[in-house]
Amino acid sequence: MLYALKIAIRYLTANKAQTALLVTGVAVGVFIFIFMSALIGGLAEFILSRTVGDISHITIEAEDRDPAVLIDVPGHVLTVTERGRTRTATLAEAETWLPLIEAVPGVRAVSPQITGAGFLTRGAQVSQVSVTGVEPGRESAILDLDGYIVEGTARLGSGLIVLGRDLADDLALSLGQTVRLQSSGGVTALLTLSGIFETGNGAMDGARAFVSLPVARTLYSMPQGVTRIEIKLDDLNAADATALRIRSLTGLDAVPWTDGAEQLMEALNAQAQTGYFLKSFALITIVIGVASALMLSTYRRRPEIGIMRAMGAGRNFVVFVFVTQGALIGLLGGILGAALGYLALLPFPPRDAFEPGTLPMDITQGSYGLAITLTVIGAILASILPARAASRVDPVTAIGQ
Amino acid sequence: MITLLEVRDLVKTYGTGEAATRVLRGLSLRLEAGEMAALLGPSGAGKSTLLTILGTLMKPTSGTYEMLRHDMIAADDRALTEFRNAHIGFVFQFHNLLPDFTALENVVFPTAVREGRETPAARTRGRDLLVRMGLANRIDFPTANLSGGQKQRVAVARALMNAPDLVLADEPTGNLDRASAMQVMDLIGEINREEGTTFLISTHDEKIAAFCRRQIEVADGVVTG
Ligand SMILES: Nc1ncnc2c1ncn2[C@@H]1O[C@H](COP(=O)(O)OP(=O)(O)OP(=O)(O)O)[C@@H](O)[C@H]1O
Ligand SMILES: [Mg+2]
Repeated sequence: MLYALKIAIRYLTANKAQTALLVTGVAVGVFIFIFMSALIGGLAEFILSRTVGDISHITIEAEDRDPAVLIDVPGHVLTVTERGRTRTATLAEAETWLPLIEAVPGVRAVSPQITGAGFLTRGAQVSQVSVTGVEPGRESAILDLDGYIVEGTARLGSGLIVLGRDLADDLALSLGQTVRLQSSGGVTALLTLSGIFETGNGAMDGARAFVSLPVARTLYSMPQGVTRIEIKLDDLNAADATALRIRSLTGLDAVPWTDGAEQLMEALNAQAQTGYFLKSFALITIVIGVASALMLSTYRRRPEIGIMRAMGAGRNFVVFVFVTQGALIGLLGGILGAALGYLALLPFPPRDAFEPGTLPMDITQGSYGLAITLTVIGAILASILPARAASRVDPVTAIGQ
Repeated sequence: MITLLEVRDLVKTYGTGEAATRVLRGLSLRLEAGEMAALLGPSGAGKSTLLTILGTLMKPTSGTYEMLRHDMIAADDRALTEFRNAHIGFVFQFHNLLPDFTALENVVFPTAVREGRETPAARTRGRDLLVRMGLANRIDFPTANLSGGQKQRVAVARALMNAPDLVLADEPTGNLDRASAMQVMDLIGEINREEGTTFLISTHDEKIAAFCRRQIEVADGVVTG
């Protein structure tokens, strides 16, 4: 069918202006497709990084101990949760699970933690804090603590504590000064402020304290095990599947971040749907454009088609000539549109450096290959109708015109 | 004498009902291999209709058509397409050439479409035919730039490309001046003598008709002489 290709190319080059216009039209559609892909993808990325970038993607929390059950009159069950019990629920064998979880594909970091409540006291000032004990060296595994440090260092160690800016201000505490931390379990430790962070999140900056895991063990009388394992993934969209995998691997109750984030997911979904909708329109425009242009060309070339048929060109040959034209237009327009789209996206900052106030275009999410593939397929589909019409041209009436 | 083709009792009716026009009314005709025949008759007599049916581009309403012992009525579109490609050449009055192709590309089309590409052998034959038609200096010319007479000679060369048994020409010189018309006819006559190709040429021109060894008169949808 090399010969049909030759004729298709000749038909396209014979009318350069029209072909150029058609290819440009297709390219514009592809450009819109790519621009939408990059925008919707970048927007989702931006929103996710803002909302869940610093949180654990999969969390395993110690299950509460069964509450004590008090049997009353038959038929009624009263349950009572004793105070202080929940906190002591532990993931006792955490150490054995950690290497297993770390080996799961897509897991970027694992952070075993002991969390609890406590009071910070300095002089007459008392502040309630939620304490997180993390392993030294893994301070920034989940939350980028290092990145938020405004004074001192994120590095934790024995006798050290890292606090949020607001909390440090409330306590009039500055770097190197000591503060007394009393855990909800009643254990007290004297700690030196070694770092101050500022995330911009009030709850975080005003009520969070980070200590090393050994310090937390002492505070919460937990010589082994942890209360919580936080897991960060390479791809936060893989949270559901990976959580399932960890659950079946370890039997632990691994909860993906998407649990309880339904509204966010819905919003992102709606946004993605809008993207599909617009992209579909771009494709439909391409298909209609190519179909109508080829239909016209079919009509204009009726006498020639008649001649070719009389000379012994089969129907399939004629179909091939026109479908090939469609495919070539799609391919050229697709490549041109993809190239233009890429060039247009170049000036936008990369995904790691999205700035508020500008469109968060993600050049890596342009779906260039998909755009070209769909365009070629669309153009081929668009050319089928004109091609069939061409193959049915009656040589007699066509030549007789 | 070897019979090339034979049609019997051809009837062709265009349209249906009130608008039905019966153009051929039981036409019978036999052509021997190597004949050079003119098809004559008043306008509307059905000459083009007959040529179209003989060219297998259209089926008659009824009647039989046999060529080279093939039943041309029963054959399907695919078989007829292949048959045309191998055995029948056409020269029309208008719209003869593919305008976006050169003279040579037009001439080699019947072979290229069969072989799937333009082979060097096909090009050589195409060139030879064009030289023979006196178009040695127009071989790679875009056909749009050729004169009417040159176009018709390219069309004759193309009709001969696959060395057909039959060439059907519907007023091939209809819009040429006398000199060009006679030049085309001389070439046709030469091919007919040298290669034994059968020609059936419809015309209104007495001189062209006189050029042919046989004259077939069509009137009222039947052969009258
Ligand atoms: N597709 C068609 N539909 C209806 N009638 C047709 C059609 N084609 C031809 N006719 C009619 O059939 C008759 C014969 O036409 P045809 O073209 O075969 O005549 P012709 O002998 O070639 O005439 P001319 O010498 O003018 O070329 C004419 O009356 C014409 O109007
Ligand atoms: Mg006619």
